[in-house]
Amino acid sequence: MIIRSQPRHAVKASEITPPRYYFNRRRFITSAAALLAAPALGWPVESRPARPLGPYTRSRYIIDEPLTDYEDITHYNNFYEFSTDKEDVAELAKDFRTDPWTVIIDGEVEKPGRYHLEDILRPHPLEERIYRLRCVEAWSMVIPWVGFPLADLIKRFQPTSRAKFVEFTTLYDPAQMPGQRRRILDWPYVEGLRMDEAMHPLTLLAVGLYGKVLPNQNGAPLRLVVPWKYGFKNIKSIVRIRFVEHQPVSTWMKAGPREYGFYANVNPHVDHPRWSQARERRIGEFFKRKTLMFNGYGEEVAQLYAGMDLRRFF
Amino acid sequence: MRAWISGVSSEGARTARKARWLKPLVFLLCLLPFALLVADLLSDRLGANPVEKISHRTGDWTLRLLLLTLSITPLRHISGWTPLLRIRRMLGLYTFFYATLHFLTYLVFDQFFDWQEIWKDIIKRPYITLGFASFVLLIPLAATSTDGMIRRLGRHWRRLHQMVYIIATLGVFHYLWLVKKDLREPLVYAFILLALLGWRAWKQRSR
Repeated sequence: MIIRSQPRHAVKASEITPPRYYFNRRRFITSAAALLAAPALGWPVESRPARPLGPYTRSRYIIDEPLTDYEDITHYNNFYEFSTDKEDVAELAKDFRTDPWTVIIDGEVEKPGRYHLEDILRPHPLEERIYRLRCVEAWSMVIPWVGFPLADLIKRFQPTSRAKFVEFTTLYDPAQMPGQRRRILDWPYVEGLRMDEAMHPLTLLAVGLYGKVLPNQNGAPLRLVVPWKYGFKNIKSIVRIRFVEHQPVSTWMKAGPREYGFYANVNPHVDHPRWSQARERRIGEFFKRKTLMFNGYGEEVAQLYAGMDLRRFF
Repeated sequence: MRAWISGVSSEGARTARKARWLKPLVFLLCLLPFALLVADLLSDRLGANPVEKISHRTGDWTLRLLLLTLSITPLRHISGWTPLLRIRRMLGLYTFFYATLHFLTYLVFDQFFDWQEIWKDIIKRPYITLGFASFVLLIPLAATSTDGMIRRLGRHWRRLHQMVYIIATLGVFHYLWLVKKDLREPLVYAFILLALLGWRAWKQRSR
């Protein structure tokens, strides 16, 4: 069995769990296994001890839904730099070196440069935020991230008036990232946000989850979290943040312009050309649930897209 | 052509004494993926998204068994070992078994009997259209797999069961069209199917 310590902020399941969550996987399995009096069939899963993170506060950005298990969050990862198999990433990324790490900040910005990660992080107090994560593949999680608002970093480096978009780039290092040895995607991975999206208070740069240092497979040491967009916008292992005048072309837009757009806002009414986005499977649950517009963050972000045809700008 | 059909019945009876172990062995081997799936499910070894894994594994085994079924005839030709023909029907029926599990996973866990949604899916999503079509087309093949049906349908039986080539093609495209980006695995199936169909075309011509 995996011995998992309760996160310190965890609320007792009996206090908050509405009945519809009762039929979730682990409970189903426990009861099914007990029924058959199955002896210890499972073998122990070895997890690397996660490093503790510095102090952080709990923010007001908390959703009242049961957290996805740490084990699931860290063993079901879309991180094509390592593998296209979500369950292989944790193992393949376990020796990935994230220290030392530098981030280039350039483009239309007053203080360009190549910065050590510590220098990037130092002035920013960390906070915990519990966000939904909705993958374009129609599954979702609830993740307690630790990080700081991207807006704070942007203000610090002072983009010029010509900066209309922010472009992010993932590390390109095929020696460490075996997935990059094949041209599944046009490496390195690139993502982008419109400036107002980047400045939005919900947009987070994450360095941890579940109170621990961000595991490699989740995009260590620095990743983007934009909770109202599909997961692939949340670029991982960032080495470059560039301020640009024109809309960047993201990696998935290049890979499938009909299937992946620049905005990639979670939208149950606009389907992926090949599958429906109306519903999603929350990891840990058996049946699908309805997908919420903007992943449930419409109140905060809908005004960013006022007047836009979201079918066209998908 | 006669021999092709009778291979299942009369010839099968003659060789029954020869390799008695074959059928039970194949029966158990084909059941193994299902047994492992159940064991993994009960011991929580299906990972973060067990439904997806059940769906993928039953889909994989449907295609594998389908291609295995199609490789019996060429294998027998190449090896000259007739007892192989006796397992063809069983492989076909196991294909149907895994296809049914695959479909049920979709029906229950993905859609929970929402027929309206299912119908929309079938119409709108090419990979679902193909998957559903190939499943439906498998039903008459499974239903006419008994000795009695083979006798009753006579020469029509063979025509009907030639549909398996269409089913296999639909099945492979079903897989190809649902993959997000990494096409390696579905292409392996496509390549094997192409080889099996190619062998038949070549046989046909050289006759």
